[in-house]
Amino acid sequence: MFRAKLPPWLVLLLPAFIIILAVVAIPLILSLYSSFTPYHLTRPDTLWKWTGSFNYIKAASDANFWKAFGRTVLLLTIALNTEMLLGLGLALMVSKVTRGQRALRTAMMFPMMFSPILVGFQFKFIFNDNVGLVNNALQSLGLTDVAIPWLVDGNLAMFAIIFAEVWTSTSVFAILILAGLFAIPQDPLEAAKVDGCTPWQSFRFVTLPFLMPFIYIAMAIRSLDVARAYDIVQVMTNGGPARRTELLWTLIGRTGYVDARMGYANAMGYIAILMSIGFTIYFFLKLQTARRELGMGEM
Amino acid sequence: MAQVQLKNVVKKYGALGVVHGVNLDIAEGEFVVLVGPSGCGKSTTLRMVAGLEDITGGDIVIGDRVVNDLPPRERNLAMVFQNYALYPHMTVRENLGFSLKIAKKSQPEIDRAVDEAANILSLTPLLDRKPGALSGGQRQRVAMGRAIVRQPEVFLFDEPLSNLDAKLRTQMRVEIKKLHQRVGSTVIYVTHDQIEAMTLADRIVIMRDGHIVQVGTPLQVFENPVNTFVATFIGSPPMNLLDGTVQAGQVVLADGTTIPLPPGLHIADGRRVQFGVRADNIMPEGHALPPTAHMAFVDMAVTLTEPLGTETLLYATLAGTEIQAKMLNPRPVSPGETMRFGVALDKCHIFDADTGLNLRG
Ligand SMILES: Nc1ncnc2c1ncn2[C@@H]1O[C@H](COP(=O)(O)OP(=O)(O)OP(=O)(O)O)[C@@H](O)[C@H]1O
Ligand SMILES: [Mg+2]
Repeated sequence: MFRAKLPPWLVLLLPAFIIILAVVAIPLILSLYSSFTPYHLTRPDTLWKWTGSFNYIKAASDANFWKAFGRTVLLLTIALNTEMLLGLGLALMVSKVTRGQRALRTAMMFPMMFSPILVGFQFKFIFNDNVGLVNNALQSLGLTDVAIPWLVDGNLAMFAIIFAEVWTSTSVFAILILAGLFAIPQDPLEAAKVDGCTPWQSFRFVTLPFLMPFIYIAMAIRSLDVARAYDIVQVMTNGGPARRTELLWTLIGRTGYVDARMGYANAMGYIAILMSIGFTIYFFLKLQTARRELGMGEM
Repeated sequence: MAQVQLKNVVKKYGALGVVHGVNLDIAEGEFVVLVGPSGCGKSTTLRMVAGLEDITGGDIVIGDRVVNDLPPRERNLAMVFQNYALYPHMTVRENLGFSLKIAKKSQPEIDRAVDEAANILSLTPLLDRKPGALSGGQRQRVAMGRAIVRQPEVFLFDEPLSNLDAKLRTQMRVEIKKLHQRVGSTVIYVTHDQIEAMTLADRIVIMRDGHIVQVGTPLQVFENPVNTFVATFIGSPPMNLLDGTVQAGQVVLADGTTIPLPPGLHIADGRRVQFGVRADNIMPEGHALPPTAHMAFVDMAVTLTEPLGTETLLYATLAGTEIQAKMLNPRPVSPGETMRFGVALDKCHIFDADTGLNLRG
């Protein structure tokens, strides 16, 4: 019989193969393939026209693409570093709290519990130039009497987006760093005190090296997150005004679903993914170095 | 070098008292060992001197400064921790030089101090390794080196040898003693190993339950223990204690055996006491030190022998209590054999049965 001929290991692995094929491999191959065609959602026959690297070359020479790319890297750099610093500060403060620390740690996670779409709407309202909280507050305090165009001016809109991003995700850093703080052995810290360290020196020379692996893990996770940022931006500014807050994925989304140029969108998507992989590898190498520093061995 | 004084030092965790009014004067350059059973407050006392633990009451003086409220970095002392507490992310060289770097010493100066310490402790080949790649004994030496490099006024050791094997421990004990003789700093050394205490100390401080029980030179506490606790804690094997009652200048044991009181002791009849004798002072006839002027003799059946080479430790039963005796120039002894033992009365102690206090004291 046919069934008898299949070796048992293959039979056992087959379900997994089929699922991976259906869920990961086929879409991946299909999208990769389509990035080499002028595939247009409304004209299915374009899927069969091979154009080679045309889409990639087009993306590489598209100023809008590179601006979006640059903005994404900028967002990543500013948001990640701000979140890291704030998260570190928050974690250090929370770790000193002796009473009600559990409640605080839970409260710290609240921002993560909201859908990014809702966070987007919330900040869209907060930064609205007419009815927004920020402008109202500034005007009531007499700090300004004009309505600041938070979401209209390019730089201010970028700032507002970063602000929302930081508000949502600082706690990711705070929580991971807090876990790191709890894992730090106390003895080296005591040794440092006796060795003459001020609190700042103890932090700088003992605590921080211990925290670095945790910081890099948080960075790696968050870099993936921020690099694919879409929802908050889409809601708050829709990439506008006039593309001034366009990020990679809002651009890709618009190209693919609004303009229906799926082949081109997929090509840009693959470039974006390469960038993400680049960041991840970078932070992983950093993580490994930091772990080796601590004598924790390879991962 | 500096003197260290503890004046009525108290430590409480909430309502729980851990150290109850400790008074101790440590002279410049003195090597003082704190001993006591686990949980008696040795580490807590040491950590209060180091400034790692707040003091609840009393004063700690180092040199001529009251240091109660000074952070550790302003106390000019070095501490060797029980579990080394090395900086895992720094090489041995960086570990050793860290305190000097913090003190903003120049690089050549740091290098010189580190090299010298590494030399003393045979760490030179290991200087570029991380602590993770060292054995326990090597880490221990790094911990010690880190303390030496600072040339502090006071060294604090918290059971630094407890993680080492017996041989290394003996070796390091000698190193510590040499170190002290060379640098002459004041040392406070915590251990629960009475052999370490005896061999290292200028003075031993015996603690129990947060109190100091006795302070004295190793010989003083060995020869004149203030109570049964010290008598059984210091010396190995521990002093034998036999319950009895005083009758007409003799101690009558539970089974009616009588042993004369040690010379010079006069105790009222009927008082319940414990008769204390060390294994070194109760030996079988013919295998003993030359008899002294004050000897008593008892017959005992041997239950167990532990040959140690030059001598044998005998376990025997006297008046229902198991006691240990020493046999010099040993010969084979079979269990159950009854032997006649000589007791050197002038080396024996009588303790009050209720308070445990030494009645000679
Ligand atoms: N943070 C704390 N809170 C409450 N009790 C404590 C605390 N630290 C120590 N203790 C108690 O204080 C007592 C003395 O502790 P300490 O560490 O000084 O003992 P030790 O003599 O060093 O014992 P060991 O030989 O086991 O190290 C112990 O009973 C311990 O349970
Ligand atoms: Mg201890």
